[in-house]
Amino acid sequence: MNMPSTLHSTERSPVATTPEAVIEVRGVHKVYAGNITALQNIDLDFNRGEMTSLLGPSGCGKTTLLKIIAGLLKPTKGDVAVNGRPVAGPGPERAFVFQDFALMPWASVLRNAAFGLELQGVGKSEREDRARHYVNEVGLSGFEDKYPHELSGGMRQRVGLARALAVDADVLLMDEPFSAVDEQTRRKFQEDLIRLREIEKKTFILVTHSIEEAVYLSDRIVLLSPRPGRLNKIVTPEIDRSGDPDLIRRNPEYLDLIDDIWSGLRAYVE
Amino acid sequence: MANTQTDPGVIPGPTSRAFDMLGGTPLIWRMASLALFFAIWEIAGRTNFNWAFPTFLETMAALWEMLANGSMFSAYGRTLEPLVIGLVISLGIGVSAGVLMGLRRDVEWITLPVFITMQAAPMAALIPLITFVYGIGLTSKVLAVCMLAMPVIAINSYKAVRNVPPSLVDMSQSFMGSRRQQVFKIILPAASPMMFAGIRLGVAEGFSGVVLAELLITPTGIGDLITFNRSVAKFAHMYAAIFSIVAFAVIAVSLLHRVETSLFRPEKRGA
Repeated sequence: MNMPSTLHSTERSPVATTPEAVIEVRGVHKVYAGNITALQNIDLDFNRGEMTSLLGPSGCGKTTLLKIIAGLLKPTKGDVAVNGRPVAGPGPERAFVFQDFALMPWASVLRNAAFGLELQGVGKSEREDRARHYVNEVGLSGFEDKYPHELSGGMRQRVGLARALAVDADVLLMDEPFSAVDEQTRRKFQEDLIRLREIEKKTFILVTHSIEEAVYLSDRIVLLSPRPGRLNKIVTPEIDRSGDPDLIRRNPEYLDLIDDIWSGLRAYVE
Repeated sequence: MANTQTDPGVIPGPTSRAFDMLGGTPLIWRMASLALFFAIWEIAGRTNFNWAFPTFLETMAALWEMLANGSMFSAYGRTLEPLVIGLVISLGIGVSAGVLMGLRRDVEWITLPVFITMQAAPMAALIPLITFVYGIGLTSKVLAVCMLAMPVIAINSYKAVRNVPPSLVDMSQSFMGSRRQQVFKIILPAASPMMFAGIRLGVAEGFSGVVLAELLITPTGIGDLITFNRSVAKFAHMYAAIFSIVAFAVIAVSLLHRVETSLFRPEKRGA
């Protein structure tokens, strides 16, 4: 299902020279109890080093798809392969960032950020060193000994991001990471994420319902249509993100693409 | 999600409801409400509406007398034995049964109806039955404590495990945590605030269990103090004994809350 017409869907972004699929999704169906088809026949590749957004109205199965990729849900039919190997469950090459942060309220920021490593059995001093590095990288240095309830929503999600980065996975799976965060914080967080991508060189898959967010952040946007969730089209924004992050929001290409996507999605909402 | 500490779904027993309400208010208001209650008690006593109703001050004098001559302490020595044994058993079985019911559907299916029935049934009505089977000794009194305390503890532990945020469980799974790590590092710590609320309620129920047993089975300990003083018409002493057990229960339950906060809730210690 291509969209032939828009001028935005041109050739590859400069990040990956030869696109190599880290994650391959093949013929995935998901049927929930009561015969609700959440996903129908999804075929999709995610390339190394790219940021891909799964975008669509509620009920299009975007979170279901992400959880299938994470190995938290089993597809009814079809399969997912990571680095060429089929997925049977969660794996060390994938890390998840949760919509509601999923932080342990009884643990400090540092322990929360180190928790993925703690589960892997990494020794205390080593995991705390690594966690401290990423807590610093997401801009939370000085907050290591605070508890989640002492932080704002945006800061809590930064802890969730640090935890996912600390396990050094190839792929970061983010389930509407900014939806529980206020607008100003969200913008700052998005800008920081662009900067973080340049340092971390990871593959990101982002589930979002915000068109602006998808266009602002991603190299590739996968549009899903609802009930049952199907692949609608794939858009490849050609936006230069190297300069001032604020300029992106005034870039005519950015604005046009938002309009474009909205006119495509409008039909499902009305 | 940070404030999962408050326990919305805790199921109180008949006695524990009163204790629970005392828990959340600031100290000054609690003192003020106590002072008001004592003042009303004093005034009511002085109006002589009932010849068996002593004033607050008379009761306190009787309490002091019983403390001074040691009868209060020996009574508590007797009462504490079935109470402590019963509570230890209730905690052990109640918490483990509750956690297992929360973790495993098959255990839930078999065990939950028993505890729900136990919680709903008027336990005082079953005490004659226990006496019939186990006689009038320690066993019966321990059983009475267990019957009142255990269901509240078990049901709240079960609900606590079921109320653990699913995203925390997903989180532990997605970072490759084993089932064991999931239970010990996520589910039990996340369930502990509500579990402790249940334990506090269970301890409060245990107090009413031991008093019921001492009044209904054979008068010993604090039950003896109440029955004896009633039979010789020393009503101030009877009220003092009742007052002491209520105060003792409230203090025990509040202390338990302190211990919980200082041992298990690092994030609340500073606040």
